[in-house]
Amino acid sequence: MARRELTEINAGSMADIAFLLLIFFLVTTTMDSDEGILVQLPPPVPDDIIIPPVKERNVYVVMVNSQDQLLVEGDFMKIGNLKDGAKEFLICNGVFRDLPVREDFPVRSWVRKAEVDAKVEEYRSYVANAPDPNAKKAFEDVLEKWEKKQKAIEIFGEFKELPSSALISMQNDNGTSYNTYIQVRNELESAVNELRDELAMEKFGVTYSEIEQLANLGEGGAIYKDRLYAIRMVFPQRVSEAEPLNLGTY
Amino acid sequence: MAFGRKSKKGMSAISTASLPDIVFMLLFFFMVVTVMRETELQVEVELPQASELTRLEKKHLVDYINIGPPVDKDRYGSEPKIQLDDQFAAVGDIQAWVMACRDAVEEVEIPKLTTSLKVDVDTKMGVVSAVKQELRQVSALKLNYSSTQRARTGSE
Repeated sequence: MARRELTEINAGSMADIAFLLLIFFLVTTTMDSDEGILVQLPPPVPDDIIIPPVKERNVYVVMVNSQDQLLVEGDFMKIGNLKDGAKEFLICNGVFRDLPVREDFPVRSWVRKAEVDAKVEEYRSYVANAPDPNAKKAFEDVLEKWEKKQKAIEIFGEFKELPSSALISMQNDNGTSYNTYIQVRNELESAVNELRDELAMEKFGVTYSEIEQLANLGEGGAIYKDRLYAIRMVFPQRVSEAEPLNLGTY
Repeated sequence: MAFGRKSKKGMSAISTASLPDIVFMLLFFFMVVTVMRETELQVEVELPQASELTRLEKKHLVDYINIGPPVDKDRYGSEPKIQLDDQFAAVGDIQAWVMACRDAVEEVEIPKLTTSLKVDVDTKMGVVSAVKQELRQVSALKLNYSSTQRARTGSE
């Protein structure tokens, strides 16, 4: 046999095969953005439950009509100013110091170390002397809340807390466009998140979202979770939605 | 000595052996980054932009509701419709659908189920509010408004 030279395999068609596979994958798959604004819907309320009236000053009313216009606390507002308005409402009369009280805003009240320590002791004794497991569980739940307050004072010192009935209420019309609804919801969430970030930056040198990530990773012990709960106690998430109106024709 | 030997006349063939390697790299990139589309999108959805986004971690614990004008306008019109999995549905079908989704997951994981709403920006809130009411009735309370990322609004 005559010796033949090794013929080189023509690699050009390999590229064609690869291109075909690539185009197949490009066509059949999607780069799905799986991110969005995460909210917790309130549980369904049975029709016969009467909701106690809330003091007007404790509610920040945001209304959106079918023309996508905002009415905040009775005045027209542009959406760009909503975040600042909500932040002002949440800070109200100061968190770590006393600012003047405003008639249309809630009143934060001081959480004193002595009182919280006393409550923790009190509930600890209730838990220890509980007559039955149900009562014990109930006392333990309340004790947990007071202990979280105690930890928050350890981390921040004494602070002023929002009244428990203070909330930001959103109401839209059935004719409001989804985009406006999302932008309003986003601005209200960003108000809380910005306040949390600023507080975290001031006290710990990192933003609130960074602490969240560290807490999720689970390392470093409970300190990140404690900081997280403490920040949330100072600036709680209080956006609630009212039943939509059906005023606009669309 | 300044000039070496002149190269042979005629261009030498460019080796194409590495071309498939480059294309395979691109291919593997796409295979890793993308998700096999499970359902055919029958509604046109342009997602809104928002800044306070959370990434949804476990895809198998997320159920999608798409709301928007249908792709095939001649057959279905241009009013926004609800798409659950791959069919159109009415608001009344949502509760049954949520139960079906719960059956497909382990019992322990049911509280972690999130419903992701992919709604077109121009949809009116009437439909969306009705959907949310149905979800509340069946206690599917973890909700995600799917959006794309944008920067936070600066203070004015």
